[in-house]
Amino acid sequence: MKSSALVKWFVSREGLYYLILAALLIVVLPLFLDPFRLNMVGKYLTYAFVAIGLVMCWGKAGILSLGQGVFFGLGGYCMAMFLKLEASTPEATAIQSTPGIPDFMDWNQITELPWFWEPFNSFSFTLLAVIGVPMLLAFIIGVAMFTRRVGGVYFAIITQAIAAILTILIIGQQGYTGGVNGITDLQTLNGWDIRTDEARILLYFVCVGMLFLCLFVARFVENRKLGRILVAMNAQENRVRFSGYDVAAFKIFVFCLAAAFAGIGGAMFTLLVGFMSPSFIGIVASIEMVIFCALGGRLSILGAVYGALLVNAAKSGFSESFPELWPFAMGALFIGVVLAFPNGLAGLYRSYVMPLEDRLFKRNKAPANSLVKPAAAKPAVAKPDAKKTDDYDAMTDTFSPEKS
Amino acid sequence: MFDGYTSSELMSIFAMQGFAGLSLFSVFVLMALGLAIIFGQMGVINMAHGEFMILGAYTTYLTSGFFQSYLPGLFGAYFFIAMVLAFLVCAALGALVEWLIIRRLYHRPLDTLLATWGLSLIMQQAYRSIFGAREVGVDLPEWMMGAIQVTDMVELPINGLFVMVIALSIAVAVYLLMYRSGYGKKVRAVVQNRPMAEAVGINSAGIDRATFALGCGIAGIAGAAFTMIGSTGPSSGQAYIVDTFLVVVFGGAQSLVGTIVSAFGISQAQSTMEFFLSGSMAKVLTLLVVVGILMIRPEGLMALKVRR
Amino acid sequence: MSAARKNSSDFLLAVEGLTVSFDGFKAVDNLSFYLDPKEIRVIIGPNGAGKTTVLDLICGKTKATSGSIKFAGKELTKLKEHQIVHSGVGRKFQTPSVFEDLTVFENLEVSYPKGHSVIGALAFKRDAEVIAAVEEVSATIFLTDVLNESAASLSHGQKQWLEIGMLLIQKPALLMLDEPVAGMSVAERKKTAELLRVITKDHTVLVVEHDMQFVGDIADRVTVMHQGKVLSEGSIEHVKSDPKVIEVYLGH
Repeated sequence: MKSSALVKWFVSREGLYYLILAALLIVVLPLFLDPFRLNMVGKYLTYAFVAIGLVMCWGKAGILSLGQGVFFGLGGYCMAMFLKLEASTPEATAIQSTPGIPDFMDWNQITELPWFWEPFNSFSFTLLAVIGVPMLLAFIIGVAMFTRRVGGVYFAIITQAIAAILTILIIGQQGYTGGVNGITDLQTLNGWDIRTDEARILLYFVCVGMLFLCLFVARFVENRKLGRILVAMNAQENRVRFSGYDVAAFKIFVFCLAAAFAGIGGAMFTLLVGFMSPSFIGIVASIEMVIFCALGGRLSILGAVYGALLVNAAKSGFSESFPELWPFAMGALFIGVVLAFPNGLAGLYRSYVMPLEDRLFKRNKAPANSLVKPAAAKPAVAKPDAKKTDDYDAMTDTFSPEKS
Repeated sequence: MFDGYTSSELMSIFAMQGFAGLSLFSVFVLMALGLAIIFGQMGVINMAHGEFMILGAYTTYLTSGFFQSYLPGLFGAYFFIAMVLAFLVCAALGALVEWLIIRRLYHRPLDTLLATWGLSLIMQQAYRSIFGAREVGVDLPEWMMGAIQVTDMVELPINGLFVMVIALSIAVAVYLLMYRSGYGKKVRAVVQNRPMAEAVGINSAGIDRATFALGCGIAGIAGAAFTMIGSTGPSSGQAYIVDTFLVVVFGGAQSLVGTIVSAFGISQAQSTMEFFLSGSMAKVLTLLVVVGILMIRPEGLMALKVRR
Repeated sequence: MSAARKNSSDFLLAVEGLTVSFDGFKAVDNLSFYLDPKEIRVIIGPNGAGKTTVLDLICGKTKATSGSIKFAGKELTKLKEHQIVHSGVGRKFQTPSVFEDLTVFENLEVSYPKGHSVIGALAFKRDAEVIAAVEEVSATIFLTDVLNESAASLSHGQKQWLEIGMLLIQKPALLMLDEPVAGMSVAERKKTAELLRVITKDHTVLVVEHDMQFVGDIADRVTVMHQGKVLSEGSIEHVKSDPKVIEVYLGH
């Protein structure tokens, strides 16, 4: 983007929303929160990665995946495996019957590092795997399902089954995976101790940085013709197909994108929290990730971030004071969002706050339908540039409650 | 994994596991029938179906306790009363849920999934608050305990047989209801062409409510059966929801016969494998096979070729 | 019209022995017909004759049980839907299926034959070439004034035109229109006939229609279908006076 365009973006409505989020995450929260609570916020943000992915594949393309925990967990496990190997040097594990392998393998009488653990000795491999393994699985699932036109409810249930399968597999093979306790006691990343307060603060900022990176990638995809195709596919799949698009390929793409985001989130989670376990992979965790997206606003990537923050903050709040009430609250949240405000907080914001903003700042904006460009000069006279940049509202989009 | 057994021993093992699988099969059939009615006929996903089953189980538990305290002489018959009560309680709650939530979501199947998941969370927590987090067991009446010795190696548990008889009777009853009764005709009319059905005077909203309630009621009976094979806890229903959906989809969501065949196949496969593999691997393998077959043939085993 | 041809490859579209059966019911039964380039052919017939099914089969929406569909030499029955579109076949559906969430401009832009792969759709730029093409087509379909309106706000007739426009911008060799004037006012029908006459200068058009006056306005030749088979074929006068057709369709 040229510098003048960049400046213009920053003072556009969308740019301001991003600036506010950045200010909140980079300045306000670190200023007021102690390292422990900041770390918790970082943990909430890792779920935001998944939620952003869900905005792309569910909100826009209509593919509801109830198994995003699988990709989150795979990314997390890849990172955990690397960190565990680093913590399991022969010196550190000298008291084991077999030194040099993770402790849980020793407890399970395993005497040799399994072959699939070996590559995770390398940090660069691990980084590739964090994105690559989830994307590969998503690709396989996508090819199997979307080329056969399996979608909607069937697809959702099958993603649930896959989450169940992976959870049972991991728990059952505890010698190789750490079982139900997961991979714990992670200490250093390439020699740097990740358990100290300074490390946690730094990792928080790394997480925020990665989050904005994913936000910009998502925004990029959203604003290209690809983004419009995804939305069109959701509404009129046949028309898209008969306009010459290989619908399956697009669905596979967006599903893999969501998987990649989730994988990054999982890896950040492992770094911030210091362990990874199968409880983040299963059905319950995966559906919870959907509610973050649904509350924030299934069509808004910024909304997804706020949704993840709010729901998790509420969960912690309830757990401290009224633990028995949390499931009721969450259940009510699911039902309420679906029945009362399907566009989530972003939708409410668009309906109630944006008109106020318009009046307050006397912006001469087009009506709420952000996809309607102002019907300005006759198209024949308009320059190409006039149609290029958009007043695309990051927070909102059109949404017909009739579609699901 | 098959070495060390003679072939007659293997046959007996298969037979025993087969009959052990019968109780599981019965629960699957009843759960899947209820779900198939709701999903196959109405396109609605009820993620709280497992919780309705547990409601039936808790109802059975309460009935059992009531009879033990106040009507000990009639304890032998309590199970039949429990089944009826389970059906009524679950059907009533189902009708209420349909009226409050489901009827607003018929054109949004994915959202129905989410809303009913929320309902399942609420129901689970309600069970935790009312009955406690620990699992409760149900005492069987005398006549249900024990087993019939068929051969040297094969024993058939009576409660398993009883529950299977119930499951099959309900299946037959549902089939008759759907295909031989006036109500069934109305349901099929509404499913095939709602505006026309309404135009000829069918109260489609009422039919929807009745059908959803029926599906939940059958889940309640499944819950009563469930008490025969395990103890009941607030989250016990969760374990069955994915399996039940797979059973329904695998059998072809529109076909009741397919549902029964599929329930039989999946439950038998799982319980037979449980003998040879560890419990969790058996489950994983079963799920993998089902998912794999669904990926190859998404419409399930017995679906008719759809006119596109 | 044209001298008899021996070689099926002279035709733009050669349908031979096409059959599709659903659970034993033959919706299309051993059907054969041939389209010349730049011809307007209208298919008429009573409800259930299989007219829409023929269009479905050609564009790939339905898979044939047997038979062949050759388009400019390519065998279409082996291709996937989007490949058929790329071969030059455009299909308009009975109920207008435009993208209501997008503007008229965006609807046409999405149909522009560039950037149809995933990478292509990521890289696609709305350059001068695209804009010119969209403006040109929107003029042909009478929608220049509403280019920036949301497609949802169009009238029924305008949505039909938009969908035709979405086909036109792909520059297909064969346009297939399913009941293009259904639900249109008299004035809109006149305009649509005008539109079709402009289109057929450079395209071959296959239309399914019921409105006999409209058919008379536009057709070069008419194919009458009945129970999945061809009942009669020829100019509209020939078909109108064919006793078989009168008995089945036009007589009452």
